[in-house]
Amino acid sequence: MMEPGTYFMEGNTACAEGAIAAGCRFFAGYPITPASEILERITERFPEVHGSFLQMEDELASIASVLGASWAGKKAMTATSGPGFSLMMENYGLGLMTETPCVIVNVMRGGPSTGLPTMVAQGDVNQTRWGTHGDVGVVVYAPSSPQELFDLTIDAFNTAEKYRLPVIVLSDEIVSHMTEKVEVPPESEIDIVDRKKPEDSPEDHLPFCPDEDLVPPMANAGEGYSVHVTGLTHDEKGHPSVDESTQNQLVPRLIDKIRKNADDILDYEEYRLEDADKAIIAYGSVYRAAIEAVDMAREKGYKVGLLRPKTIWPFPEERIYDLASKQIDDFLVAEINFGQIVYEVERCTAHGAQTYLAPRMGGNIHTPEELVERIEAIDKGMIPAFKE
Amino acid sequence: MSIRKSRDWFSPDYMDEKSKKKSAYGMHPLDEYLRKDRIPHIWCPGCGLGIILNSYLRALKNSHISPEETAVISGIGCSGRAAGYVDVDSFHVTHGRAIPFATGLKIGNRDLVTTVFSGDGDLFAIGGNHFIHAARRNVDFNVICINNFNYGMTGGQAGPTTPKDAETSTTPMGGFEQPFNLPGVAAGAGAVYVARWTAYHVEQLIDSFEEALNKKGFCFIEVLSPCPTGYGRKVGLKTGKETMKHYKENSEIKNGADPSEVALDPEDPDTNIIVGKFVDREAPTYQDERGEVFEKARKKMEGE
Repeated sequence: MMEPGTYFMEGNTACAEGAIAAGCRFFAGYPITPASEILERITERFPEVHGSFLQMEDELASIASVLGASWAGKKAMTATSGPGFSLMMENYGLGLMTETPCVIVNVMRGGPSTGLPTMVAQGDVNQTRWGTHGDVGVVVYAPSSPQELFDLTIDAFNTAEKYRLPVIVLSDEIVSHMTEKVEVPPESEIDIVDRKKPEDSPEDHLPFCPDEDLVPPMANAGEGYSVHVTGLTHDEKGHPSVDESTQNQLVPRLIDKIRKNADDILDYEEYRLEDADKAIIAYGSVYRAAIEAVDMAREKGYKVGLLRPKTIWPFPEERIYDLASKQIDDFLVAEINFGQIVYEVERCTAHGAQTYLAPRMGGNIHTPEELVERIEAIDKGMIPAFKE
Repeated sequence: MSIRKSRDWFSPDYMDEKSKKKSAYGMHPLDEYLRKDRIPHIWCPGCGLGIILNSYLRALKNSHISPEETAVISGIGCSGRAAGYVDVDSFHVTHGRAIPFATGLKIGNRDLVTTVFSGDGDLFAIGGNHFIHAARRNVDFNVICINNFNYGMTGGQAGPTTPKDAETSTTPMGGFEQPFNLPGVAAGAGAVYVARWTAYHVEQLIDSFEEALNKKGFCFIEVLSPCPTGYGRKVGLKTGKETMKHYKENSEIKNGADPSEVALDPEDPDTNIIVGKFVDREAPTYQDERGEVFEKARKKMEGE
């Protein structure tokens, strides 16, 4: 990895460096704005660290080869933006179904379709949760700075290895293209998690039989365990078993694996919430405007705080439920879409607080001033609460 | 070659003492390569997949490649189920994506003898783009394409290899699209080894698989296979036996034939099946080329 120290670094570069620090040694990708710098940095750095980079023919191939490399025992990653992310959805599902650790970076740009290739948006949030078919449990990190693109990419690899699933780093064009101070810690200070290995013999090994944490140990290809891996509903041996009872054992476990370990995975940050009666909820680049808005609104006398999910999924639902029950009257969700996370917030606040939305359609970020105006309007009862 | 213990229902009591001595393992000489608790397979009576899988496993055994160093990757379809029957590291992935998955696996662990075992629809319709790019890169693995001229598992629909005029579930009035000439596609895209056989040509098939397993680079073998249930019943080849007889009588072995000239005659698909080894050449693999470039880069970095 890089020499430890303080760097002036672009977000996408920091993401690539975070991946290398986390042990990523396989990367497959396809050029796309605004994620290409991640590929470019990786190609430059991989010879040094003896990694394998493949520029594939499309994003379908990129994610498929990442899954293959993960089963070969490599820590593997791909990076893309909306159109490529849509192409990856089927194999994202294969990765979730076959419990294949890897990391997918999605640098969000304006959509739908080709949309605004060079400009920011946060329209893919629900796609990370529900974009692949079937019921799934997912983990999604939302960095707000180049530093976090470094740190959370490491966290994403660790979570992927620990819980055996493809983990998403959901960046956006502003965070990825911003150049800022990044502290690279010494290698000894970076925690690295590796997948659990089976301790039993190949004869006795059940490749999809989970431990108490609901995660099965993983034998890589070539280790003599002759694992069979299929996207079909499978039993603990990994053999296809296309029936209701196997489905009822497998799929709930894949969801519970995340749900029941949510406290371990969950990551969020609070700012000036202690005495607040209003709270802004923002993530990714918008968090940066929101934190400024909190200070500005405080100067005007409003008791505003901020809750910022660093993991969007799992969502900090218990904390928001708690705030809505005991302390906060109004939640303002600021996101660069027409309302996605606001639905999550609303279901957590419906019993005790009002939820409002500050939407933006993409192309630019909210200004702190407009968020303060929203706070004032909410305070005066001038805007309606967000309703479906 | 190490031999692992049986871990399934199979009881050696079925064998007499003599066979027990003959085989430390089981009833079939290829048992060590099979997940016996997955047998019987799901393939229809008369299907060619059993013969082709058997030939592949024989080639592995003849080449002294153990199950531990083998990986098989399949896509979706009847042929795609092969991965589920072989007792090696085996992957049954999404439709069309066996080749990129194998690319990642092989580059992740270059010691794995890697084979993609899949069907014509999976490899050449939904996965066609990956095929040509893997051949172009010359990644070191083998692709075995079982060509049964239709989508068997979903009920006999036409595909990219269905002969013109053939009646199928989606060409009830007869087809009109030009089919692929698969050896031509493979050779044109850069495969270093290209052959075509049928399920009738078992000996040649085993030899061909052995050659591919022992060759560096992207090797492609097309195997024509009877599909009495899906394709054959509508084109007058209603049993596996009839189809095998047809292959026997109409195949012509032409080793070294120009791959661009071995198209199955779309006007008369039932005659003139050219089989043989068409391409066998040497070329540096993806791994070789990359190793060289990376090595140079490292030396340059160290020199600076």
